[in-house]
Parts: sequence; structure tokens; C-alpha cells
Amino acid sequence: MMNTEKTAEAGSNSLLFDFTVDKAAKTVNITREFDAELSLVWDAFTQSELLDQWLPPKPMTAKTKYQDFKVGGKRFYAMITPEGQERWAIQTYTSITPKTNFKMYNAFADKDENPELPGSEWDHHFSEHNGTTKVYISIYNESLERLERILDGFTKGMKMSLSNLEELLAKLSHK
Amino acid sequence: MRRDIFQAIADPTRRAIIALIALQAMTPNAIAENFNTTRQAVSKHLRILTECELVKQEQQGREIYYSLEIEKMKEIDNWLSQYRKIWETRFNQLDNILSTIKKQKK
Repeated sequence: MMNTEKTAEAGSNSLLFDFTVDKAAKTVNITREFDAELSLVWDAFTQSELLDQWLPPKPMTAKTKYQDFKVGGKRFYAMITPEGQERWAIQTYTSITPKTNFKMYNAFADKDENPELPGSEWDHHFSEHNGTTKVYISIYNESLERLERILDGFTKGMKMSLSNLEELLAKLSHK
Repeated sequence: MRRDIFQAIADPTRRAIIALIALQAMTPNAIAENFNTTRQAVSKHLRILTECELVKQEQQGREIYYSLEIEKMKEIDNWLSQYRKIWETRFNQLDNILSTIKKQKK
């Protein structure tokens, strides 16, 4: 009943999106297909210039201070709310098999790179069939409270931008 | 310190207790009868579940009954569905970037 919730649905372009939560194993499993060749999708998941463009759900943005994509290397980056509030995090790469798999440890941090533990363990698998690339991600979270904090950050960012929009609309309608 | 909910539901006995009392409120003795373990062990599990606010206690006469906090369970599902939405948004953004790069390459 409460171990796994499964929701799969085909998008408009019938690319697979599967999101399951195994609460007992404290793991979120995500599978998604992309209409692009593997090397391009691999770049999108491993190069900070591309990650910064798609990982922050709009209206949030992201910036990477530095990235060293190798085993033991790190990416130090921030998610930024529309108001300019920065939430820093460190990703440490623990395993890399080019264009097949990479693993990392993700932890929140302050602006001086001091991590807030525990973080989460991420595993990514890539495969290509007929020009479609499938990515499987598993995210192990030591604590659900951490997930709660992640969502808290996102919803605050969203709400603030919505209230900005309301203000703007109110201003415009008075003109 | 507030207990971690993931911790609460990570234990198989505690998950079984949740499944039991989801159907009806039960006393610790009635719950313990369903397990091959001591009454003390069951009490400990119930204490953890109570600290996580996943179960509530109610005094009826001389007995204490435990029942499930349905709202708390819903809250967990709510977070998870928000998390799913974030990933949907991200992947739609990535679809757009991939198609832009593909066009540039042509």
C-alpha cells in the first residue's frame, strides 16, 4: 500500500516518463526518454552550462561557481529564486563511466562550501535505442525531512514570483 | 528532536503496524498479538510512530487505542507529488534545450 507509488504517463510526444517512490528504500526512481542522441543527453546531464539552463524549474535560475567533472571532482552551484535568494549545493562525483553511468553525492551547503549533511546519493544510467535516449535516475535520500526542505525552497521561490506577477498585473490594470 | 518520517516507515514492523491500524483503532495488546515479538518491542515502535505524528492515541475507558493520522500520510504523498511536478518541469525544459541544440547543429 505505502511502499511504492507508481505513476507513468506518456507525454504528448509519447516519450516515457516514469516516477516511482520507494519509501521503504528511501529512494525516488525516475525514468525519462528524450528525443535526442545519447552524447547530447549525456552532455546535458554532465556539463554545468547546460545543467544551469534546465535543472532550475522556472522562474528559478541556477549558476555554477565551478565544476570539475571527474571522479572525486565537484560542482558547486546555487539555485536562485526570482528575488535573488541563493541556495548553494555541492555535488561530488563518485563514479563515472562515460556515456553510460555516473554517480554523485549531493548536499546543500552555505556560500563558503560547507556542506549540510546528510545529502542524497544520485545514480544515472543512459542508453540509446533508435535515436531515443533513455535516462534512469535513482535518488537515495537519507531523510524525508531533507526532501521536505528541498520542496520548501522551491515552493517559496514559486510563490514569491506569483505574488510579483499579481503586483505587476494590479499595476498594469490601474493604468 | 523531531523524528524523521522516512525512518518511521523504513521499518517493516512499523509498516505492518500502520497497515493494521489503518483499518481500525487498536490497543497495544491487540496490535502485539499480530507479531512474533514482545509487547515492549511493539510499544517502542508505537512510541516512534507517535513521535512522528503518524499515529495518535485515544483513551477509551481503561484502554489506550492507537489509530492512524491519515492527514500526516497524505502530507507525505503531497510532498512527493510536488517533487514529481518539479521533475516534469525540468524535463520539459530539457526537451526544449535538446531540440534547440539539434536545430543549431543542422
